[in-house]
Amino acid sequence: MSIRVGKTAKAPEFPVAAKCALQNEQLRKNVHHATDVIRNKRALRVAEMPDWEHLRQSAHEIKEQTLAHLDRYLIEFERNCTAAGGTVHWARDADEANAIAISLIQQYGGDEVIKVKTMTSDEVQMNPALHAAGITPHETDLADMIVQLGDDEPSHIVVPALHRNRFEIRDIFRKKMHRAELTEQPEELAAAARRYLRDRFLRVKIGVSGANFAIAETGSVCVVESEGNGRMCVTLPEVLITLVGIEKMIPSFQDLEVFLQLLPRSATGERMNPYNSLWTGVHAGDGPRAFHVILLDNGRTKLLQSKMERETLDCIRCGACLNACPVYRETGGHAYGSIYSGPIGAILSPQLNSMQHSRSLPYASSLCGACYEVCPVKINIPEILIHLRGRVVQDDQKTLSGNLSQMNLAMQGAAIAFGSRRRYEAAQRLGRMGQTLFQRGDQLRHLPGMAGGWTRFRDLRALPKQSFRDWWKANSRETGL
Amino acid sequence: MRIALFVACYNDTLFPETGIAVTQVLERLGHTVTFPMEQTCCGQMHYNTGFHREAVPIVRRFVQTFRDAEAVCVPSSSCVSMMREHYEMIAEASNDAAFLAEVRSLLPRIHEFSELLVNRLGVEDVGATFAHRVAYHASCHSVRVLHLGDVPIRLLRAVRGLELVEIPDREQCCGFGGTFAVKNADVSGAMLKAKQANIVSVAPEVVTAVDNSCLMHLYGGLHRAGSAIRTLHIASILAAQGGAR
Repeated sequence: MSIRVGKTAKAPEFPVAAKCALQNEQLRKNVHHATDVIRNKRALRVAEMPDWEHLRQSAHEIKEQTLAHLDRYLIEFERNCTAAGGTVHWARDADEANAIAISLIQQYGGDEVIKVKTMTSDEVQMNPALHAAGITPHETDLADMIVQLGDDEPSHIVVPALHRNRFEIRDIFRKKMHRAELTEQPEELAAAARRYLRDRFLRVKIGVSGANFAIAETGSVCVVESEGNGRMCVTLPEVLITLVGIEKMIPSFQDLEVFLQLLPRSATGERMNPYNSLWTGVHAGDGPRAFHVILLDNGRTKLLQSKMERETLDCIRCGACLNACPVYRETGGHAYGSIYSGPIGAILSPQLNSMQHSRSLPYASSLCGACYEVCPVKINIPEILIHLRGRVVQDDQKTLSGNLSQMNLAMQGAAIAFGSRRRYEAAQRLGRMGQTLFQRGDQLRHLPGMAGGWTRFRDLRALPKQSFRDWWKANSRETGL
Repeated sequence: MRIALFVACYNDTLFPETGIAVTQVLERLGHTVTFPMEQTCCGQMHYNTGFHREAVPIVRRFVQTFRDAEAVCVPSSSCVSMMREHYEMIAEASNDAAFLAEVRSLLPRIHEFSELLVNRLGVEDVGATFAHRVAYHASCHSVRVLHLGDVPIRLLRAVRGLELVEIPDREQCCGFGGTFAVKNADVSGAMLKAKQANIVSVAPEVVTAVDNSCLMHLYGGLHRAGSAIRTLHIASILAAQGGAR
């Protein structure tokens, strides 16, 4: 089985990639601006909801209930989707999903497809697979189109081109659409995109979409979006192929009520998405004549076994945690080396990938908790990050190099010191003696090894001569309870 | 009330003045402060970095040291967060019913310093005077785990002579994050810069917080940049009666 999350396998470690991103001033300015705008809009739209906390709790419970009985709901979905005229395919991993999509496209005689924004297709790297099979994918979501035309990678799960400003977009359009006269005026750029896409909407016979929700009770699929380009893709083509991660399942139509309130407010700060497309099977004379659903596992079932890890699959991909995250704000999405970036990416990518890759991601957080605070389905991301750090440390401690790493040695040393009063006080004395090597006046400079990461960016006051406990003893104060 | 002080390992070693200030404030209010010498650390550094096995004996040591205390005062919201968020989970995983029972019984008696004053002792005016322009940094754990709300602010508002200024984006992380500050030093440094710019924009003389960890980080950035803005734990301000430290 080959589980793959984008190009994660080839990505550098987060601290290395982040350092590189931090040097790109333009990128950081774009990310600061975009996340600040969305974050503030979200805050306004959430503040006007008196039952926001109840909605979050409901969503969390619906998701937990669904995941606990996912086997049942998936079968129910297949049954109802099939009864409505759709065809359901099951893909264990990325390669299977791509192979199914390619064989369907070839079966219908297509050599190009129009795509609705779908992160899941980026997860399985569908576009390169299609290209390799001689099929041309056209991204029709404006931001995804910008990413595709710019030979770029998405940097945000909702706003994939968030790292680009309109001047950069103008340059991409000028080059790829051969429109040298374009200016950076948003209206002009939108018109250019519309013209470019309209041609493809009318010509291409096969559409590929993702799904925000799949409803077991009715076999329906739901996509929400702002542009209407998604609506074009799911209604105009003769054939529609929808790729759905199995965690997108919800039990009933009624459950949508909860999620359609939470998702737009959390994702883009809108009360409602301009386009909410829902479709069930096929209908003569209306929409696609053939409808295929590919249900994708790609590592998801592994997470179902543990209650803590399972919570990761509650995610409805709203991106609120990215916009709230002070780490993401500084680095943007590419530094995470996965198409799932930000806090949710830091827990999702390593788990889908069985931790072989992206081992640095659980550490790409200051554990400030801003992600958990905004999460519309109440995923305790900091808790899961800490849990995954535990798995990384356990793995490391199975190897000699891991045992000899500076971090492990420091932690083992500290654990010994914290184990008794005598050793702890000795460690304090040792620290005061040892620091004289690096002490300039009352400051410590150029600390060695790991601690050097501190003194590269910050000053540090030297340890005072008297610890608090020394002061307490010196004043013969009370040491009982 | 007899209040056992858990000063926190880093305060003990790096910021003894904070423990002294906490003691002064509580004694001024008529309470007895004790300091059990067997205390070391709460286990947060190990636990949050993923060294879960190593954290267990440290947690046990804390519980054993403080289990009979009437009330425990901790001048560090991140240590209290460790206790409230993880101690029960750790005890459950240990399959030791007695340990779990002790944790459950002890937790409600543990209070972060400002929380102890306002919520448990019902005091907002501790009789302090501090005639300076002060900005309050709302540390992540105090806001998002302990949900302290305006508790520290109420204490600061009652200080004579103190002028409180608000840092834009007050609740944004300063970038410290424990071992994050060295493991991801570059990102942490960038977050610090953003926070620093927000602090400097309101030109305080002093930045305060309920956590010396954040303050140590802010001090590191401000001092490196040659700023004259000082960092002071809220206990030092509440202990002050004449003015500066």
